[in-house]
Amino acid sequence: MTSTRFSSLRRALRWFFVRSRGDSPFKTLLIHLALIGASIIAVYPVLRVVTISLRPNDALLTTDLRIIPQNATLDNYRTVLFGDPTKNRQSDFFLWLWNSFSVVAVTSIISVILAAVSAYAFSRFRFPGRSAGLVFLLTTQMIPAGMLLLPLFIMLAQLRMINTSLGLIIAYSVSSVPLTIWTLKGYYDTIPIDLEEAALIDGATRFTVFTKIILPLSSPALAIAFLFSFMGGWSEYLVARVVLQKNDLYTWPLGIFTYAQQFTVAWGQFAAASVMIAVPVMVLFLYSSKWLISGLTLGSVKG
Amino acid sequence: MDETPLIRRFLPYLYWLIGLFLVYFVVNALIAPYASGITLSVQIVIRRLIEIGGFLLAIFAGLAIIEVYFYQIFFRQPRTILTAWIVRILQGVFAGMGLLMVLAFFERTDLFRLQEGLLRSILYFPNTLVDGLRSTLMGIGLTKDSSGWMSGVVLIVIFAGLFFLIHQLTVPRSSKLGMAYLLVLPAFIGVLVLIIYPFLFEIKLAFSNASLGTQATKNAQYGLIYGWNNLVTLFTGTVAKDATFFEVLGRTVLWTVINVVFHVSGGMALALLLHRPMKLQGFYRTLLVFPWAVPTTIVAMALRNEFDSRYGLFNILLSNLNSWLVDVSQGMVSVPVLGEMFAWLAAHIGPVSWRQDPFWAFVSVLITNIWLGIPFMMVIILGGLQSISHEYYEAAEIDGASKFQQFRHITLPLLRPVLTPAVILGVVWTFNKFDVIYLITQGGPQEKTDILVSSMYKAAFSFYRYGFTAMFALVIFVILLAFALVYLRVSGGLKSVTE
Repeated sequence: MTSTRFSSLRRALRWFFVRSRGDSPFKTLLIHLALIGASIIAVYPVLRVVTISLRPNDALLTTDLRIIPQNATLDNYRTVLFGDPTKNRQSDFFLWLWNSFSVVAVTSIISVILAAVSAYAFSRFRFPGRSAGLVFLLTTQMIPAGMLLLPLFIMLAQLRMINTSLGLIIAYSVSSVPLTIWTLKGYYDTIPIDLEEAALIDGATRFTVFTKIILPLSSPALAIAFLFSFMGGWSEYLVARVVLQKNDLYTWPLGIFTYAQQFTVAWGQFAAASVMIAVPVMVLFLYSSKWLISGLTLGSVKG
Repeated sequence: MDETPLIRRFLPYLYWLIGLFLVYFVVNALIAPYASGITLSVQIVIRRLIEIGGFLLAIFAGLAIIEVYFYQIFFRQPRTILTAWIVRILQGVFAGMGLLMVLAFFERTDLFRLQEGLLRSILYFPNTLVDGLRSTLMGIGLTKDSSGWMSGVVLIVIFAGLFFLIHQLTVPRSSKLGMAYLLVLPAFIGVLVLIIYPFLFEIKLAFSNASLGTQATKNAQYGLIYGWNNLVTLFTGTVAKDATFFEVLGRTVLWTVINVVFHVSGGMALALLLHRPMKLQGFYRTLLVFPWAVPTTIVAMALRNEFDSRYGLFNILLSNLNSWLVDVSQGMVSVPVLGEMFAWLAAHIGPVSWRQDPFWAFVSVLITNIWLGIPFMMVIILGGLQSISHEYYEAAEIDGASKFQQFRHITLPLLRPVLTPAVILGVVWTFNKFDVIYLITQGGPQEKTDILVSSMYKAAFSFYRYGFTAMFALVIFVILLAFALVYLRVSGGLKSVTE
């Protein structure tokens, strides 16, 4: 009996330590401990938000460190989703989500379309001004985000676009285009040029080559580029605060900040709203992170 | 990577989403009449869709017109001398109209201002035409909204007709570079309108006394003297309300250096730990990118309250640590050295006032930003490590190189093409990144945690010192540019990246 228990333990240990390129078991153990420690540091603050969202309203202020609090309740979620029946108030959570979504989706669509087309030119053609253009695009990343915000704000005010979602779309498009071009150019560079040349010899036009060969082949990269600029705008706070002042146009970061400002009952609602927003984003992010990483490194390693 | 189109793979989720929204709208429509407040309704959705749809159509129609115009310039040539005259005159009129519209846009946004008069009416001639078309349509009986849409349609038809005419009068020709420029054009226009133009505008604003008192640019005065005044105020006065420029500059440098050093070294350490054949690698990696995956805004707002003096996570941990240390030191009073050491620790480690103490407030934003930034560097470096071939290490092993030597002479040099742009961008981003600061401390207490960019944001949008802010922004830009140029000179440039 003891021998079988030991053998299973031994098997578990062997499974654990296997294939560790010449590292001693002790070192492997240390590495795992370090990684576990780092993982806890990375994850625990996020879990705290979940914890707070589950706390009942009378127990928000506590020094408890448990992950699932005592008397855990979903009250905060209900209030965020369906409003507060005791105060006869509706929930504006979905309104915020819709405001964010509509603005950011359009921004991403615009920037991906613009970038997909021009990145192709940067990748496949050699024309005067090409490398100057590429360096210039990188330089624009050097401009502080807040720096262009003031002239944009005044411009939008002159065009009477403050307090409209179109104004926010314009303000967001600024930042995402240059980097999207870089990412996509990096990806196009990895697609063999022979495919296109063969098609061109067969009499296809550049347009058909682009739409029938390049775009389908680069659809993962396009998805990443879309996701990238989507994520960039999705949780943006500072620009939105300047452009939008009307309650009914608030994007969700502005909205939940009204919850987060004090350590009151709203704190639990803030946490609940955060969890509901963050979970889909994180799932999407983790799901796509493999492509994200390859896109990022391709963009920088290969030229 | 499997080859099913992404859209098709996401389609089921999309159906679910639409279904849920339909349910939501039905429920909402039932509840809405009995409650106060604003909530999402079908009307709001439809109104927004129309607004955005019109905007998108306008943008893409405009771009299409410009593209066709340049296409005809690059790829068509007139048949005869007579047609050449007609075509060139038409194209010239086009270009002139376009130029006038651009200038009118400049005037409209106050880049320069014209008095009422002939010049101004010339400038607004294309706009007057469009307005005329619109009011004619309204005269026929269209509403304000639909006349806007209809005049757009009419304009497109007119343009299409003109382009067709030019097409008939010309024959094709080939152009090597035309294609490239046509492809780059839309993004170029976007960058021009959204980045270059605001930048120029900012330069102009820097030489003005624009503020809330002058109603932004409406009554602002421009001149070199105002620019000089702004510059003097920047370097001798306060940047927002309390802090001076050099104080904030010093803090910004500190902020950037500490953040980037921790990001790169932390990311490097984790990447080196992860980059080996081992169990649970994917699991750890997933957990470790959490801080990057969570929206920054949420993290910053959540951690804002975790720095609370009583109920925040950090002080709970610190006070627990403190009471543990007190217990231990009481148990060890008799032990000679250790007892004193623990007593000292117990006296010095404990809850901290993150909000009131400037030093700890700065530490709190640093902690948050370091925590947020490590995963990105880890992922970048991990990607770089994976692209390094094993053979180098095997060769080095045979030659008897130690692990450290391998790291120093193989890993680091081969990581450089990845690290160089990542570090440059990291520095620039961190230098400019103040959402964490803004959301956690709002620069407080007494602007002791402000960095340059957050001071600038405050000067513009809390104190409305527009002209001053513009000069401030230019100075920041110059600092960053100088950094980038020096770095590029030192590190051998971006050649590897652009070529």
